[in-house]
Amino acid sequence: MAADTELSPHGNPFRHLVVLIPYIWLLMFFVAPFLIIVKISLSETAISMPPYTPVFDGFATIKDFISQLDFDNYLFLTEDPLYVDAYFSSLKIAIISTFLLLLIGYPMALGMARAPTTIRPLLVMLVILPFWTSFLIRVYAWIGILKPEGLLTLLLQTLGIFGPDEQVQIFRTDIAVYIGIVYSYLPFMVLPLYATLEKLDGTLLEAAADLGCPPMKSFWTITFPLSIPGVIAGAMICFIPITGEFVIPDLLGGAGTLMIGKTLWTEFFGNRDWPLASAVAVLLLLALVVPIAIFQNQQQKS
Amino acid sequence: MKFTRLDATVLTLCFAFLYIPILILIIYSFNESKLVTVWGGFSLRWYRDMWSNDGLMDAAWITLRVGVLSASLGTILGTLAALALTRFGRFHGRILFSGMIYAPLVMPEVITGLSMLLLFVSLNVDRGFWTVVIAHTTFTMCYVAIVVQSRLYTFDRSLEEAALDLGCTPFKTFFVITLPLILPAVISGWMLAFTLSLDDLVIASFTTGPGATTLPIKIYSQVRLGVTPEINAISSILVAIVTCGVIVTSLLTKSRELQRQRDERAAFRAGG
Amino acid sequence: MAKSLGPVKRKFTPWTDPNEKPFIRFENITKKFGDYTAIDDLTLDIYEREFFSLLGPSGCGKTTLMRMLAGFEDPTSGRILLQGKDISGVPPYRRPTNMMFQSYALFPHMTVEKNIAFGLKQDGLPKDEITARVAEMLKLVQLSQFAGRKPSQLSGGQRQRVALARSLAKKPKVLLLDEPLGALDKKLREETQFELMDIQTKLGLTFLIVTHDQEEAMTVSDRIAVMDKGIIKQVATPAEIYEAPNSRYVADFIGDINIVEGKVTAVADGKTQLDCGGMKVAVVEEAHCAAGDEVAFAIRPEKVSISLDPPADGTVNAFHGEVWDIGYLGDFSVFIVHDENGRVMRAAQANIARLVDRPITFGDMVWLTWKAESGLVLTN
Repeated sequence: MAADTELSPHGNPFRHLVVLIPYIWLLMFFVAPFLIIVKISLSETAISMPPYTPVFDGFATIKDFISQLDFDNYLFLTEDPLYVDAYFSSLKIAIISTFLLLLIGYPMALGMARAPTTIRPLLVMLVILPFWTSFLIRVYAWIGILKPEGLLTLLLQTLGIFGPDEQVQIFRTDIAVYIGIVYSYLPFMVLPLYATLEKLDGTLLEAAADLGCPPMKSFWTITFPLSIPGVIAGAMICFIPITGEFVIPDLLGGAGTLMIGKTLWTEFFGNRDWPLASAVAVLLLLALVVPIAIFQNQQQKS
Repeated sequence: MKFTRLDATVLTLCFAFLYIPILILIIYSFNESKLVTVWGGFSLRWYRDMWSNDGLMDAAWITLRVGVLSASLGTILGTLAALALTRFGRFHGRILFSGMIYAPLVMPEVITGLSMLLLFVSLNVDRGFWTVVIAHTTFTMCYVAIVVQSRLYTFDRSLEEAALDLGCTPFKTFFVITLPLILPAVISGWMLAFTLSLDDLVIASFTTGPGATTLPIKIYSQVRLGVTPEINAISSILVAIVTCGVIVTSLLTKSRELQRQRDERAAFRAGG
Repeated sequence: MAKSLGPVKRKFTPWTDPNEKPFIRFENITKKFGDYTAIDDLTLDIYEREFFSLLGPSGCGKTTLMRMLAGFEDPTSGRILLQGKDISGVPPYRRPTNMMFQSYALFPHMTVEKNIAFGLKQDGLPKDEITARVAEMLKLVQLSQFAGRKPSQLSGGQRQRVALARSLAKKPKVLLLDEPLGALDKKLREETQFELMDIQTKLGLTFLIVTHDQEEAMTVSDRIAVMDKGIIKQVATPAEIYEAPNSRYVADFIGDINIVEGKVTAVADGKTQLDCGGMKVAVVEEAHCAAGDEVAFAIRPEKVSISLDPPADGTVNAFHGEVWDIGYLGDFSVFIVHDENGRVMRAAQANIARLVDRPITFGDMVWLTWKAESGLVLTN
């Protein structure tokens, strides 16, 4: 009974504060900055500090505001192939990495879900542990491995696969970026998948077997369809941040690795073009609105 | 679902993939040689160097303070947000509110960082220690909210109702009943917030100012110049701290769980 | 387990006394959750020292009604009066009611002693008084040696008694019990039912219990309100509810019953005559209906006798058919009999003798008969 179990109205006089404090904080430090970013993306670059005009000075008259708006930054973005390429390249890298993550993460999550119940908590902890260690450090660890004179070369030379003068040429290429992304995001993919697979009722598979369904077929007709919510959750959790990833392409990628996060960073710290950086951010965000909406929807359901 | 040899192989390979790079990093932090591929013998040289590197140590100290402050603030705000989401049913703007909680979890850091920076500039706030704290609080509170919220969903509301029924006011009920029972989730929320803050490079880079260089920013600027064993050393220490923290917490939870099971068995023996 | 001391049921019928003031009054209560109406214009009086049950299937609104009395829900419209005073707007922590929750809601981080003392502490009673009261409560529920344990260290039955002691410690004017015995196994539940009645009599409190278990309601209650979809179908003593249900719903909900559709042929001389598709039925009672009305005839299986021989006295109140199924319940056997028209009737027979010469078995053609005093006419 009482499906709607909120306390009766006189139940809690503090409820307003409980909602208002975090609400106001997020409005101030999460929503307001976005409005500012949109506003600045529509401004002109100026040499002064801060390097953009007009300064956001409260709420100037709307007319004034609109007359000052300027879509040049966006036009510039669409004209300059560098940005268009960066967008598509980011999306391509994110899609391929998400696919790779699923390819590696799914068997891993399945293996964990099938493992004896006694060791499952240990396995989960082993997946979570790298997540607690610094992202930067984990990416950094790969530099030492992938460098031409690094450990992978050494290993291959020792094994005799490579001659003494041959070196692994993947550092500062897209392949290194894929390795770095898959490595860094694997726990994010595995955990939601594991959560769905672990909840899966084992008797379903027994019932399928009992009804004459061979294991391989029952995987595709039962296990996989039932794990789709986990697949979507895992894919969204990985895809969205990968699209805007900065550290991995910056440290492992080469000059040819175009990613929008890196472009934004360069635009901002390198060229000090704040309005352009803001326009890049707004467009990146727009590209991510649909996946983010899917993600939120998924979260609300679970 | 049977655990097959294939599963075991897959798991072994995946875990090897996850752990080998970190292990190599730790091993080479004890390498006497400056070259990554050459083993020059065991040495604590880089740890000593690291210790006497003032820039690195200052950055570590700043990072620690930012972490503790923002994790604590983020835990308070996140816990309130979790309460708001789970307890107050529908309220005005709830959809926006839950959107604000979930969005930062997946938002590319460059966007969060840039937007924060632009806010501080618009408000004419000098960037530095406190702006990093605010930025970290904002994104960590969302993680705390998710952790605490999942605990509150399984929380038996009749415990609070029982307290109210026995004459305890709602305010007091929160501190006497609710908080003690969700405390483990609040603590793990804090730890998550703390490590996220320690780890963050991008948002801190945007929101920091002179004199507030955090450790990831320091490490990043050195890493760009190439691999240095000193960074291996400080990274190994960070890994060790986090590992110990995680292991200790999980052992504590485990022993509590065992205790509970023992209690239940004892109760069963005691009979009705 | 405490065995009850002395007679439990006393002569107690305040609801028949027109001068008696109700202790609790639900007055035209309606409760809506969004579009869903949980309680629909319900009025109900409960008297002081009464052991009152709200009985109904899940979703019938019984728990909502109780939670409104406790103060956890507000009625959408209507008033709740306690001793004649409107208590709407009084928060749960200021109401003189206490509740025993279905889940027991024992505070897991407090010992048994602290749990029981919790309510007393909120009232700011002096320490020695709290200690004394807690000791008294522990003794009442026979858990004195468990005072220092945590709820997780108790068995289900012990937890149930801690919950009871905690809700009784403040000596509430009304004790609300939400499915109090639902989590116990059958044997323990039966023992505890008597314990509850005993405690209620001893302390002289008003108990309001919510349950979906009709046996439990029948055992413990002075009166039962049978609820369905937010309305009360019947309020009466357990015997009245069982022997004289006022509707098909109540008849069907409480115990096992045969219901046969039929038409009234005559209402006269203290009797109602029915024709149920060829079967002639007479009932000793002038039902509120007239000849030609579509009604139902109802009779409990244990009031039907079964025999291989045809009845001596004619064709009224008799049913001839074949035994299709026999349910052996130990103390009783239930015979399911189909007649040639496909009508089904059940008869329950006490298994008095251990071995019978010629037991009735599957396929036997049998006669079911009953007395005119045993049946019922259900007009709605």
